[in-house]
Amino acid sequence: MRQLDAAPVAVECLRPLAGGASRDLWAFDARLPDGRVERLVVRRDPPGHHVQSSRRDEFALLGAVGAAGLPVPRVRWCEEDATVLGAPFFVMDFVEGETLARRLLRDAEYAAARAALPRQLAAALAGIHALDPARPALGFLPRPPMGETPAAAELVRYEQIFRAIAADPHPALELALRWLAPQPPAPAALTVVHGDYRVGNVIFGPEGLRAVLDWELAHVGDPLEDVGWLCVRSWRFGADDRPAGGLCQREEFFAAYEHAGGRPVDPAAVRWWEVFGNLKWAIICIMQARTFLDGAVKSVELASLGRRVAEMELELLELTEA
Amino acid sequence: MQDRPDVRELLDAVRGFLEADVVPALDGPRQFHARVAANVLAIVGRELAGEEASLLAEWQRLARLTGGAREPPARFEALRTAVRDGTAALAERIRRGEADAEPFRAAVRAHVRATIEESSGWRTRASSRPRAGRPGSARPGSAPF
Repeated sequence: MRQLDAAPVAVECLRPLAGGASRDLWAFDARLPDGRVERLVVRRDPPGHHVQSSRRDEFALLGAVGAAGLPVPRVRWCEEDATVLGAPFFVMDFVEGETLARRLLRDAEYAAARAALPRQLAAALAGIHALDPARPALGFLPRPPMGETPAAAELVRYEQIFRAIAADPHPALELALRWLAPQPPAPAALTVVHGDYRVGNVIFGPEGLRAVLDWELAHVGDPLEDVGWLCVRSWRFGADDRPAGGLCQREEFFAAYEHAGGRPVDPAAVRWWEVFGNLKWAIICIMQARTFLDGAVKSVELASLGRRVAEMELELLELTEA
Repeated sequence: MQDRPDVRELLDAVRGFLEADVVPALDGPRQFHARVAANVLAIVGRELAGEEASLLAEWQRLARLTGGAREPPARFEALRTAVRDGTAALAERIRRGEADAEPFRAAVRAHVRATIEESSGWRTRASSRPRAGRPGSARPGSAPF
């Protein structure tokens, strides 16, 4: 708090927000010396996690994205000194709205949002992909090694993680790796990639999209990675007849993305990224379960993620049947 | 013989309590985690119901697929170890490309599919008919995440 300024700021109404397995999120009200109240959110990495990323980087990225006019929470300040709150954290504006994807995809209250979101998500994604990854403020973003396609590099990276952490054999994931290895697509361009773009990672209201969240996996890569990831079955939350995020058909989303200025979409490349996305999510679930098994974080949620691997394995068999 | 209620009935009782009483009484992350906890109990219940039978079926499929031993180990722990070792060997063969071509490819995929469906209770679109004796369908995407 000392970086805001020297004047005393009262922190009130500190309350946890549901934010998924890899971080903790707290909302609070900051009462300023002049009596004004700022509604804010502090985001902190819990200690002992396998999923680690720099708060400073995410803070800088959110600043750049917001400056481009895209819907993200406005960031306020960043603290990397772990002694302040026990782990690095940053603070951003509180954005009012709903984040539960199941409510978005099922509740009558969000019918208008469901109708608007394919176009809004496509437009925001095209905007993200239009950011210049060469600008110095984005220099921290991980990039694929020179001479390698993002697809090939990501595949190698996740296979290495899988080999390093999986405690049990996974024949279904081996089959998926054999399917993916010979045909990584070449990117039309190297762009900023959100890295976790899906309906569970946005704030929405009855009218539609309010903010895109969860930027900690952002990197420079193939923009179609985000499109394929959006189509991963788990992010449909049961709305399986609408493959693009449980909201619409894949082709509808591709068209909306192109209409909003995105580069032409190669459906075969998106397919590769969708298969890769299911594999990657399976490997992340194995990682999360490993965090539980290692005893660092005894969370029921992490434990149960280990049992979600079967879901991705079945989907991988489906997608690679042909 | 176990006194009633048996393990599954006890699990169901705790799960029912979580779903009917605890989840509605909480909000935010606590409600979310209570829902996750109820879901984990459902997984445990499904596995207790069919673990040994499904492990034996998996051993037999593996033996047919890879030409292993004729008789399954009699003891449960040995059976579990044999299935794990056989699965690791199969994974290694896939990794070396041995399942890239037919007819082994189709046989491997059928085995892998059957094993996942059996152990998870989930079914694919290709085989989504209800199965007798299995508790209700936990479809992919139905977990509270």
